[in-house]
Amino acid sequence: MSNKLSMHVNVDDFLPATEEEKRYMVQMRPSSTFFKDGMKRLLRNRVATVSLIIIIIITLSSIFIPMFWPYSYDKMLGVNPGKPVDSSYNNLAPFTYGKTELKQIEAGEQVFPHVFGTDSAGRDYFIRVVYGTRISLAVGFFASIIVLLIGMTVGSIAGYCGGKVDLIIMRIVDIIYSLPDMLMVILLASVLKQTLGPALAGTALEKIGSNIISLFIVFGVLYWVSMSRLIRGQILSLREQEYVLASQAAGAKGSWIIRKHLLPNCISVVIISTALQIPNAIFTESYLSFLGLGVNAPMPSLGSLASDALNGLSSYPFRLVIPALVISLIVLSLNLFGDGLRDAFDPKLRT
Amino acid sequence: MNVKTLKYILKRILLAIVTVWVVITVTFFVMHAVPGGPFMGEKAISAAAQAALEAKYGLDKPLMQQYFTYLKDVVTRFDFGPSLKQRGRMVIDIIADGMKTSARLGVVAACLAALIGIPLGAVAALRRNRLIDKIIMVLTTAFVSMPSFIMGSLLLVIFAIRLRVLPANGSTAEGLILPIITLALYPMAYITRLTRSSMLDVLGQDYIRTAKAKGVSSAKIIFGHALKNSLIPVITYFGPMLAYIVTGSLVVEQIFAVPGIGRAFVSSITNRDYPMVMGTTIVLAVLIVVMNLVSDILYKVVDPRINLE
Repeated sequence: MSNKLSMHVNVDDFLPATEEEKRYMVQMRPSSTFFKDGMKRLLRNRVATVSLIIIIIITLSSIFIPMFWPYSYDKMLGVNPGKPVDSSYNNLAPFTYGKTELKQIEAGEQVFPHVFGTDSAGRDYFIRVVYGTRISLAVGFFASIIVLLIGMTVGSIAGYCGGKVDLIIMRIVDIIYSLPDMLMVILLASVLKQTLGPALAGTALEKIGSNIISLFIVFGVLYWVSMSRLIRGQILSLREQEYVLASQAAGAKGSWIIRKHLLPNCISVVIISTALQIPNAIFTESYLSFLGLGVNAPMPSLGSLASDALNGLSSYPFRLVIPALVISLIVLSLNLFGDGLRDAFDPKLRT
Repeated sequence: MNVKTLKYILKRILLAIVTVWVVITVTFFVMHAVPGGPFMGEKAISAAAQAALEAKYGLDKPLMQQYFTYLKDVVTRFDFGPSLKQRGRMVIDIIADGMKTSARLGVVAACLAALIGIPLGAVAALRRNRLIDKIIMVLTTAFVSMPSFIMGSLLLVIFAIRLRVLPANGSTAEGLILPIITLALYPMAYITRLTRSSMLDVLGQDYIRTAKAKGVSSAKIIFGHALKNSLIPVITYFGPMLAYIVTGSLVVEQIFAVPGIGRAFVSSITNRDYPMVMGTTIVLAVLIVVMNLVSDILYKVVDPRINLE
């Protein structure tokens, strides 16, 4: 026993484990998944959680408020069929009423207040802001999905095929990447606006409006490049990772490696950059709307509301301040949430 | 400068030339794809007058021939043809006119952004997690997430309409103050954040610790070692900053009625003055591409360790 160089087997080492020793092997708590870990980290980040709550509140209210609000975004309250135009409804201050509404109140009826007043055409401004938020959010969301789909397809083709295909795709990506994006967006939007109008007439897409469609096309043409670069890089580097090799050495099948190693590592990057793409798209949409290249009138978006407000700026500054605040709030909280998402799900990317 | 750096620079210049060619080509064909041609929407003109106009502007020739003529004129003589709406004026003259005001606006805004942003970022990094750092970070976060047109309109409401301290019209020298502030705030906030994070990175490096251990004064450490090295990443922002200022000035000039190239561009879009739209797009695009090229090359030359591939 005392002789460490002895080749004799020590019988004591091969006794059955005692109860106390067995207890060390008991799993103390259920094993956590990648997703659960990330969510835990995300919820611990107070800034990201607050941003998420703000985004949820804004999104839900932009969806549900128009359902029960008694006014609609395009109804000019002073214009009623068979009656002369009542201009007392134009440019109402918040919580004031038009002539016929005042009579109704005197008669003891309840009239729903105009929380933000009305605009120069007598439309309830609150519902226009809510509707504009809905349009801006929808444009941001769908534009990001389009960017994601195109970017993912092209990026994975380049990553998988490699060789000449990869080289050609990457040169094209390089060129599009170095184009001045905003100038190209303005150019394409201004031309598509005129080309698409007649082409869409009579189809289901007409309702959405040629301007929004051209916005989507512009996004699809220009903004997929960074996403495809990202995904190509991910696929190239993930294939060479040691843990993939280790997994292969341990006898894992291809499907296991793809499911357990490649996809989870790729997906987090994809989701994060999609989340960060949404505020970008909202930004671009409001910018184009401000230049008059955004959504079709009378449909409002936050950018077009801000742009319309410029005309009556000295008398009604709140009409600019409200959409301005909403845009800034959305963009800020989406950015902060995207940063939190990145910190939680991809600690490697943290700067 | 070694062979690798030279090869990189050559490659970047080649890419820039291809990019400019793509811009010219895309702009040309996109503008010519508009149905009805540039004279649609004019007052009803006879077929003969239309044909005469098209002959005058060379629009009756085959598209490819028009394209090569245009390409040759642009590359060899910076000739973008005559403006369709401002009769008798060449596009390049209108651009040069607007450029005088816009360049002044942009250069002052860029200098202001760098001169305020770099010290602010350095202060924030040196006073990390103190009150002043938090105030700077909150303010810059707010500025970064506010679109330029909203910033401009809010400044207009506050300083020109409510307080009446500055003129709202940007056609005078005094009137350029508000547009310059509007344009400068976003890049300033961005540079502040960039300087802060790279300064924090540098302050954690071994050579700063060594300098401290040697007993070098903190002023010498900050200005001699930390600030100099932490400014390298800021160089990369010069290209994107110019792109921001160019696109930002489109709306800012609109809001403050500055007679610059941005306003001319926006009104040429609404007027469908195609040669003007094409000319302005190409000139501004070349400006941005060249600036990106310069800042990329500068970055590589200043810090040869960086591998930009």
